[in-house]
Amino acid sequence: MNRATRFWRSTVGKKIVMAVSGIIMIGFLILHAAGNLQIFESSAKLNTYSAFLHGPANELLWVVRIVLFVAVIAHIVSAYQLTMLDRAARPVPYAQKKLQAATIGSRTMRVGGVLLALFIVLHILHFTTLTLQPAPMAAGDVYGNAIASFRIWWVTAFYVIAMIALGLHLYHGAWSSARTLGFEQGHSDPFHRPVAVTLAVLIWAGFTIVPVAVFFHWIS
Amino acid sequence: MNLTLRVWRQAGPKAPGRMVEYKAADISPEASFLEMMDVVNETLTLRGDEPIAFDHDCREGICGMCSMMINGVAHGPNRGTATCQLHMRSFEDGALIYIEPWRVRAFPVVKDLCVDRSALDRIVAAGGFITAATGGAQDANSVLVSKADADLAMDAAACIGCGACAAACPNGSASLFTGAKISHLGQLPQGQPERYRRALAMVEQHDAEGFGGCTLHGECQLACPKEISIDTIARMHRDFLVGAATTREERSGSGVG
Repeated sequence: MNRATRFWRSTVGKKIVMAVSGIIMIGFLILHAAGNLQIFESSAKLNTYSAFLHGPANELLWVVRIVLFVAVIAHIVSAYQLTMLDRAARPVPYAQKKLQAATIGSRTMRVGGVLLALFIVLHILHFTTLTLQPAPMAAGDVYGNAIASFRIWWVTAFYVIAMIALGLHLYHGAWSSARTLGFEQGHSDPFHRPVAVTLAVLIWAGFTIVPVAVFFHWIS
Repeated sequence: MNLTLRVWRQAGPKAPGRMVEYKAADISPEASFLEMMDVVNETLTLRGDEPIAFDHDCREGICGMCSMMINGVAHGPNRGTATCQLHMRSFEDGALIYIEPWRVRAFPVVKDLCVDRSALDRIVAAGGFITAATGGAQDANSVLVSKADADLAMDAAACIGCGACAAACPNGSASLFTGAKISHLGQLPQGQPERYRRALAMVEQHDAEGFGGCTLHGECQLACPKEISIDTIARMHRDFLVGAATTREERSGSGVG
């Protein structure tokens, strides 16, 4: 059997695909959050950044989009296949089963992942293609679109909930992906995860602050 | 002590099973869990009923035969102990105790609480060995091993192969077992020649047995009677990754003999 096939057929191989695609997405999230935070500087700053991405940096933007698309698909396909394998591994359930170590992050990876996939689709239809317009929106006016949308309570609520799911997903994913790639904990407690917690909190806060700030008129 | 037990009864591998309630009366708090089971079986036998089949052997926590899911926790509520090291004083008088076999597709039920764990043997047979002829015992210091590596290898080698990791895992994965066996040899100089091939072969056998994949919930580490760290799973992943990137198929008829 060829090497790539052997790799993909194993549960560890699929898990490594999940880890690598997840880390690619974390990298994107950091850039995305940094871009968003320019909203606090001025409308001109954010809209100029957007114009830069869609103008001079357009080719780069498409490279990033293609890489992300491949990463998302790889992440979903391997997650789906692993979930099916895991379900098949325990055909008869326990009458009593207590979890002792699993965190809220690890337990919500699958349901949170489905929610995030749904969020990504809606978010692209909302701000990228402007197909869904909860309020009147205009192409090129990222700042105005954000203000108009996040003044609506259910739009803000949806984004805030999705970002909680993202934070939990990262709390487990940022830690476990490193271990999937073979990094050992230099710490006596293998559940110790300061880097993952920092990443999850920073990314969660960086994204959540924008809709919340708009909703409460901290930005006008 | 008087207890109520709900125990999985299954007459044979193909027979349907169900939870059956039993009373365990006049149990000493000093009795071990398996001794409590012996007392219950004694009453069942005297009554003319079929006693509850359960696996056990050394009854001192080193053989890895005992295997009971007690109130939803593999090997019961105490950390770092096998079922045989659990004593009835860990339970309240009058308690209701659920006793189930390991529930993993790769461990088919043989009878009642006994499961067939030969899947673990086949994982070891796939690569958990070294090919060098070892000969007689060498001088202890002729092969140098650093203290740090020796400690890690010994910690992994503590695995008694009971299968509690797979039983406790929400995904039914035996990654802690496989990781312990891979990293116990992979940490030592004697294990180096087959290190990466070993990881590939053992992971493939683990999957072929029908175990699930690891999602690092960490349940296995708390269930393990030898408290083996999930760090061994990280080491397994690393050796698998290097193996997948570098291992070549063996070719027959090549090389100069």
